[in-house]
Amino acid sequence: MTGAPITETRIVTKRLHERPDDSWTIEGALESGAYDALRRVLTRGDPAAVQEQVKLSGLRGRGGAGFPAAQKWSFLPADVYPRYLVVNGDEGEPSTFKDRMLVERDPHQIIEGIAIASYAIGCNKAFIYLRGEFALGYERLSQALADAKSRGFLGENILGSGFALDIVLHRGAGAYICGEETALLESLEGSRGMPRIRPPFPAIAGLYAKPTVINNVETLSTLPHIMAMGGDEYAKLGVNRSTGTRIFSVSGHVNRPGNYEVELGATFRQLIDDLCGGVRGGRKVKFFIPGGASSQWLTGSDEHLDAPLDMDYVQQTFGVMLGSGAVMVFDDTTDPLLVGWRLTKFFAHESCGKCTPCREGSAWIEKICYRISHGYGRPDDFDLLLDVADTVCPGLNAPFSQTTICPLGPSPVSTVASLNKFFRDEVLAACGAVPSTGAGQ
Amino acid sequence: MTALIKLTIDDLEVEAHAGEMLIKVAQENGVYIPRFCHHDRLKPVGMCRACLVEIEGVRGFPPSCTTPVADGMVVHTQSDAVKKIQEGILELLLVNHPLDCPVCDRGGECPLQDQTVAFGPGESRFVEEKRHYEKPIPLSDLVLLDRERCIQCARCTRFADEIAGDPLITFVERGARTQVLTFPGRPFASYFSGNTVQICPVGALTSKAYRFKARPWDLATVETSCTACAMHCRGALQSSTNRIVRFLGVDSEPVNQGWLCDKGRYGIAYPHSSDRVLSPRVRSGGELEDVSWPEALDAAAGELRKALDLHGPGSVAVLGGARGTDEDAYVWARFVKGVLRTDNVDAQLGDGLPADVVLGLPRAEISDCDTAAAVVLLAPDLREELPVLYLRVRRAAIEHRVPIIDLAPVDHGLSGCSTVALRPVPGEQGAVAERLVAAVASGEATGDRALDDAAALIREREGNIVVVLGRASLAERADVTVRGAASLASLPRARFLSALRRGNVHGALDLGLCPGFLPGRVTLEAGGERFADAWGGVPDERGLDAEGILRAAAAGKVRVLLLIGADPLADFPDRALAAAGLAGAGTVIAVDAFLSESARRAEVFLPCTLWGEKAGSVSNIEGRVQRVGRKIAPEGTAMDEWRVAVELASRLGSDFGLERVDEVTDEISRLAPARQGVTAALLRHARDGAVLPLADHVGEVVWRRSVMTIQAEDGSGASWEPIRVAGEFAGVVDVEHAAAELEDGDDGQVEAGAPHVPSRDQADPHIGLHVWDGAAGVAEAPARDAYALRLVTGRTLYDHGRTVERSAVLTGLTRTPDLLVSETDLARLGVADGESVRVTSSKATITIPVRSAAGVPQGVARLAFGADGARAQELIDASALVTDLRVETVR
Repeated sequence: MTGAPITETRIVTKRLHERPDDSWTIEGALESGAYDALRRVLTRGDPAAVQEQVKLSGLRGRGGAGFPAAQKWSFLPADVYPRYLVVNGDEGEPSTFKDRMLVERDPHQIIEGIAIASYAIGCNKAFIYLRGEFALGYERLSQALADAKSRGFLGENILGSGFALDIVLHRGAGAYICGEETALLESLEGSRGMPRIRPPFPAIAGLYAKPTVINNVETLSTLPHIMAMGGDEYAKLGVNRSTGTRIFSVSGHVNRPGNYEVELGATFRQLIDDLCGGVRGGRKVKFFIPGGASSQWLTGSDEHLDAPLDMDYVQQTFGVMLGSGAVMVFDDTTDPLLVGWRLTKFFAHESCGKCTPCREGSAWIEKICYRISHGYGRPDDFDLLLDVADTVCPGLNAPFSQTTICPLGPSPVSTVASLNKFFRDEVLAACGAVPSTGAGQ
Repeated sequence: MTALIKLTIDDLEVEAHAGEMLIKVAQENGVYIPRFCHHDRLKPVGMCRACLVEIEGVRGFPPSCTTPVADGMVVHTQSDAVKKIQEGILELLLVNHPLDCPVCDRGGECPLQDQTVAFGPGESRFVEEKRHYEKPIPLSDLVLLDRERCIQCARCTRFADEIAGDPLITFVERGARTQVLTFPGRPFASYFSGNTVQICPVGALTSKAYRFKARPWDLATVETSCTACAMHCRGALQSSTNRIVRFLGVDSEPVNQGWLCDKGRYGIAYPHSSDRVLSPRVRSGGELEDVSWPEALDAAAGELRKALDLHGPGSVAVLGGARGTDEDAYVWARFVKGVLRTDNVDAQLGDGLPADVVLGLPRAEISDCDTAAAVVLLAPDLREELPVLYLRVRRAAIEHRVPIIDLAPVDHGLSGCSTVALRPVPGEQGAVAERLVAAVASGEATGDRALDDAAALIREREGNIVVVLGRASLAERADVTVRGAASLASLPRARFLSALRRGNVHGALDLGLCPGFLPGRVTLEAGGERFADAWGGVPDERGLDAEGILRAAAAGKVRVLLLIGADPLADFPDRALAAAGLAGAGTVIAVDAFLSESARRAEVFLPCTLWGEKAGSVSNIEGRVQRVGRKIAPEGTAMDEWRVAVELASRLGSDFGLERVDEVTDEISRLAPARQGVTAALLRHARDGAVLPLADHVGEVVWRRSVMTIQAEDGSGASWEPIRVAGEFAGVVDVEHAAAELEDGDDGQVEAGAPHVPSRDQADPHIGLHVWDGAAGVAEAPARDAYALRLVTGRTLYDHGRTVERSAVLTGLTRTPDLLVSETDLARLGVADGESVRVTSSKATITIPVRSAAGVPQGVARLAFGADGARAQELIDASALVTDLRVETVR
């Protein structure tokens, strides 16, 4: 594939790039058009119209699952109040760092998005669950909330519209599981962060057993722009059902790692080569993780590198997900077994302990991966690894089939399944078993 | 109940009510799905994942414990995919679970063991080191935790939070390091902690009392009722080599739903106590000397005959009888009223309510709490006195949203659940109840918001008003409570649960061990003719209650005082009066197992059997008659209380013709009007016993028969429902053995088929059961002077009672009480927390440390009753309506 190098399409990241020195301040934000969209929405005074525009935009959740935002809102039962909007700012997926940037450098965009969403769904109290480690982000978001309130963008009778919104900022305490939406709700209510059994779904009985919408930071940050552009116009960006832009956090063996806002439909190769300056030292991509640590992997094959950044395409074609938009690139010097072990170690450490397959399974998977990757592999280990993983995700179809309560359990299985798909020979060799011919690819 | 729907489970078409959980529906239809976190009495959490199933048309593998059944559902619990998951989950549970089954208390009755055999893999492929923790660590004085064995099912933590209301244990850490722990410095000090041991599906939680005591396959079991209080929780009593070693809760829906309090569960060792009196004694040369039974019985009969001959029936009085069975109570009533012809008999010791009131009020059932319009608490602290009723009322308030109207003068266990707390000044509960009833009647606002709220709840909500009625304080006369009862009884929907002390007090009152009554809730007048015919005579006139008996004794008018398991010195609220009564009584005859302080005064001591050593029936707070079983042979030569009465009667010339306990049960059912139809056979077959009067509850009797067939070797078989121990799975209790024990706990015969129950029409012409006319004095509590503190005293669960004192694990839990006052009063006294003060009542002056406590209103002083040194008893004057104290510094 050749062609003109692509560039970023900066919508959500526009302000923070244009005003590197004051994008997070109320003054800087207002000078670059913050709250204009909110003002228009409130002036028009039609929540249904907001929902309609979001529906037209085709906006899908940016937290990982990619669920259509307008549809999520539509699950709220009519006439049940109060209802809550909860902002998932507990970005903890290894290699994902886009929300952190948005929180630290454009908090007013988030607040504006929250206000628009709250207005659209009829919510007067929103909660931001912010990852505890975001110290600077907490400081700037706190300041932004205070400033927004003092300028009348929050509180009673916002901009004279009669609409009232209060936002509570809550810091997490360092648990990956609290990024899972029901565990987040538990934690927000003051309980130990462990996922809830669904049903009931949060839209029916969420925070304090009230109807609740949980949206990601980036999803909400996109709303002011959809309102400004119009849903139709936004939907023209992107490809198929993956409309608009997304911020990709690229890390690993690339020359210029970082956050890049890209119109969906570009390819992984364009992302890696055009925006990140290619792989270090001109080496080849051995494999990469396309959607955060809990996603299954892709390899440096042309088929994979030239695949479009299209949520449905990659899932249907390769069984992987774009997830949280974190792309981790590994060159041909990398030992995939060590990567696999390190990833499973993370999930074993972060398992909340509520359900058996994740609590015991992820710890066991980590132990086997450690053996295999550190020279202690035994002939039966690979079969054992696959069998244990199969108990957590029947059919090894992580993260789409599971015996666990939430998607954390399948996360290490994504790694195991990827090793099985792409690096079977290396694993078998590490186990001291004779590599089977042709089983690698 | 919701509509019946049809679904298919493993090719079996079954019917169920929509909304029921799949795991339960499957089990009821013979399909057992493995489970660990699921417990019928706890909310589903779907954590262990052992119960995952396949449902056609549903993606993935839903947990059957959180999936409600729906019409047309097609479920597979044994497909290849499900079996693979079941094996996988069990292998994962065993990854870190030590295989120390041979030294584990749970070994042999372990749900993990059993389900691994049934659903798990043959062996483990885990080769690494399992996780290690210090083992075991104490969670409390009663419960130990082995974290290595724990499988994180959260049954214990959920029980503590949902059921007990003591959320003192919780998960800490995460992932494979997840463990159950207490909060730093706060032990799992719950009155219900033993339930966590029982429902633990592995051996992670063990009880200090039972640890390493026995192997389950060595245990013999009988189903019985606990008589530590008047709730009569069902349980499975287990012995090994004729020693009681364990008591487990049995799930009885109307009574205890599987739960026990720790006093009931662990206060079981007292029959084996070293201070048990094992043979009869007669005083000789100032000392009680061991003698043979005939000698002792002759001596006792001789004293009785002498008193009757010289001074007439009125010179004999009887206290006690509330600790035995209904059969004990009945035969004693027959002996005392039919042979001795005295009516001076009282099973209560001045710490309860008049029998007229208890027997004559419309009764509630325990389960009525769940559906009541409101529960009115005019009662002592239920958590301390009737702990499992506390659980029921708490659940009613929290789960069923039943409002609680609280008339207690001080904070208590249920204060946190109260909807409205009227908080009367001690001694004015009756007056406040009157105001409440007036407000309900008038429907007008009184200006007192709490009162108006309570009145509105009663007016507006549908259902019965369940009044828990008892003495909120032993430092005030029963009149205070009776006045409230009289008022509340005028509400047409009011139903009463009488919170009285001692295990079988309701049975004793029902069977006539109280002045003015004959067995079956009939007065002397109403039942006199029938019983005179049957017994050969009844007392001529109404006799004295406990207070009257003690006063008469103090005045030298009681020639023989019989104490049947009664210790008035420890239990009667006015200690000075009790002491004077015992000193003034001519001859004291004690029927008891221990030399209590009162029994030490006896001339004749007749050792009797205790709970676990005798079969029969008992009657609980709601009037439910249930069987108790005999599990061990009595210690020494102890004799059943009723047999003692039979023997004494025969020495006084009356042959009762009663040889076996079933004959007593059946005589009761023939003669006692309220007990009509409650035969021994019925009680054997009725799963949950029978609520009196039976004629009103015939349709509610659930037969034990026909759920499970046990085949004998010769092919014959009796059908028995297995004992439903709350820890469930398979063989927690040896079902066959339990059933056999139920049959031969005594030498009665089981008849074929369900027993005959008379309907109302077939019943004998009714002798009118007693109805209380609601007559109560309107004694006003005197105004409290500004310098006085009014005493409120009640029992605590771990007091110095006979079972606690003689159960090693519980003895250490008793506390020496301090005087508790409000912070304001403490400041006013000008003393530091914990400093000693001089406390003076009209009776006595004592010196005791004082502390401030939340929940004690200004002007009130709290002191636990029956604790060390019986200090509260010294202060109380039984003749005064309330007890006011003057508190001074001793500096």
